[in-house]
Amino acid sequence: MANKRVGLFVTCLVDLMRPRIGFAALKLLEGAGCEVIVPDTQTCCGQPAWNSGDKGGAEALAKKAIAEFEGFDYIVVPSGSCGDHIRTEYQGMFADEPSWRDRATAMAARTYELTDFLATVLKVDSVPGDYEGTVTYHDSCSGLRSMGIKQQPRALLAKMKGVELKEMNGCEECCGFGGTFSVKFGEVSAAIAERKCDFIHASGAPTVVGGDLGCLLNIEGKLRRMGDDSTRVLHVAEVLAGDA
Amino acid sequence: MEIKSMRFKANAEASLANVVLQGNLKNAKGKFVTKRAEAIKEIDDFEGTRDAAAAIRNKVIDNLDLWLERFETRAQETGATVLWAKDGAEVCRLVTEIARKHGVTKVTKSKSMLSEEAGLNQALEAAGIQPVETDLGEYILQVDNNEPPSHIIAPAVHKSLDDVADLFHKVHGTPRKTEIPALTREAREVLRGHFLSAEMGLSGGNFLVAETGSVALVTNEGNGRMVTTMPKVHVVITGIEKVIPTLEDLSTLMRLLPRSATGQSISNYFSILTGVKKPEEHDGPEHLYFVLVDSGRADVVGGEFHEMLRCIRCGACMNHCPVYQTIGGHAYGWVYPGPMGSVLTPLYAGIENSIDLPHAATLCNQCGVVCPVKIPLPDLLRKLREKQTDAGLRPLTERIGLRVWAWVAQRPALYGLGARVGARYLKWLAGEDKSIRLLPTAPEWTRGRDFPAPQGKTFRELYAARQNSAKGSA
Repeated sequence: MANKRVGLFVTCLVDLMRPRIGFAALKLLEGAGCEVIVPDTQTCCGQPAWNSGDKGGAEALAKKAIAEFEGFDYIVVPSGSCGDHIRTEYQGMFADEPSWRDRATAMAARTYELTDFLATVLKVDSVPGDYEGTVTYHDSCSGLRSMGIKQQPRALLAKMKGVELKEMNGCEECCGFGGTFSVKFGEVSAAIAERKCDFIHASGAPTVVGGDLGCLLNIEGKLRRMGDDSTRVLHVAEVLAGDA
Repeated sequence: MEIKSMRFKANAEASLANVVLQGNLKNAKGKFVTKRAEAIKEIDDFEGTRDAAAAIRNKVIDNLDLWLERFETRAQETGATVLWAKDGAEVCRLVTEIARKHGVTKVTKSKSMLSEEAGLNQALEAAGIQPVETDLGEYILQVDNNEPPSHIIAPAVHKSLDDVADLFHKVHGTPRKTEIPALTREAREVLRGHFLSAEMGLSGGNFLVAETGSVALVTNEGNGRMVTTMPKVHVVITGIEKVIPTLEDLSTLMRLLPRSATGQSISNYFSILTGVKKPEEHDGPEHLYFVLVDSGRADVVGGEFHEMLRCIRCGACMNHCPVYQTIGGHAYGWVYPGPMGSVLTPLYAGIENSIDLPHAATLCNQCGVVCPVKIPLPDLLRKLREKQTDAGLRPLTERIGLRVWAWVAQRPALYGLGARVGARYLKWLAGEDKSIRLLPTAPEWTRGRDFPAPQGKTFRELYAARQNSAKGSA
């Protein structure tokens, strides 16, 4: 499995908010024998523009990402949402530009969400980290429903001796983040998040783990506002890398 | 029906603040979801059945004029009259004319969302004709000051048992009852007189079958049968997109509709009504009219939203929608709530009258995966957002903000600088708490939750530093 050239797309949220998730992804991929490169001009996949109806902005950012990540065997993203945007939406943007459409299609075929890549493509036997404790897992919508990310993170967590996974009811329900939805309809978004937090509390797990930073910021923000300062909210990469 | 969708955000916030409504929504939540999940297990090849259903609906929508003509011919052969209405006003005019022609003073109604679109009850009342809703949910709403429905198949789902107990006590002038069977009996007693005295029955139509000229009705209370068979006149009002080719197709769609809607294998009542009463028959109307309504549907045919016309109005999308579950149906401000409504309202009632609706979704795609006819609702919502942006309908600050952000994001050096400043600013703002209580740049976020603190440096700067130190030590 050695020497796969992987381009790591860290995502704009990880860049701004939680660089350690990016480094954890790097550690996981390098630990699995990949040669990992992080193109330093990367910014955002363009999903916020696309979902807000700004087609021009979305196309420009898609072209930028396509150009930056050509030449890699794989493109790996520590987010089901951004990964899905690259994999399912890019191609459709360029119906009238065949050369860009072909490049987008080629990128889509090589793009994976992090846990999917580790579990399905690399088929890793072990993960570098360990984590002592009970966790519950939040399935993020795009990862789950568009990319089929469900068993992969669980299978990887199961490789860690100290981790006990306690599923919550409603683990597949939306946390209410929804990208720009969270700032257009803040109160509705937060009310949906409250239900997710209730599910987390009912599970009894002191830690919630997920694969998308947007959801995690939403969940953590709601937990803190509810007065819960103790429940840990972690990205699955941090846990698997032993950086949590 | 008057459209109040422009007030979506205020409506949604009022719903959140309404303690009684929130309690009722919490009680109702999940019942349809759980029952549907159980019911679809009964179908061996559920995905294949969804594909077949979508194919049937596509076949019709692709040649809608042809199938409508076939239906019209067959329906006329069975003795029915087929009328066409281009909008709600024409529906009201045609139905009022039919009522006048037959000397009707009272109309019993089975559920029809199209009559809500058209505002038919108000038009009938204005013409001196009494409309009586006979679906229990619709009846409850009608006697509660003509409150609009909040769900397409469970119109009074926002009301609790207590609400209905108070309401019946008030409007019927009877002792207050708190048991559901007693309340239902009371409504039945009131409605029985109306069933017997109405000269005209009015129903919607779940499907129109082209090969037989029939209308198929899916109901649970039996009121549909009373409305369609007892009065001498039966009027069916339905959208032109409801036609399907054959009875065989009907059976495919019926495997999905009740299961997707209420989680029933089959509804309590399922009627296929064909033609007027024949001389040797005992039941049925002497006069049968179909009022087939466009109201914006024909404009959707062949366009980028044509997939929406596959909709069979099961309501699974709203039952599974996190936004609908949280705020209820009234906030959407028109006839159809939830994801379905956020597409239909802009299409039928005007994109400029429903600016918020396409954005009132997290795009979680729960609606898309449960839709029995595989309508890609999140894609359609996103396309509507694009249309709004292109037409300059979104707020100027949002449009400029997005433009600036996308422009900066194409310039890595500038973007990197902005991110570095942003990360430090947010960390400073959070201070010791590591949680931001009020985010000045996005106060909407912190209205209902905190914003967690960032680490303080960006990935790109930390990674560059690491690469440099690796080079230095090499």
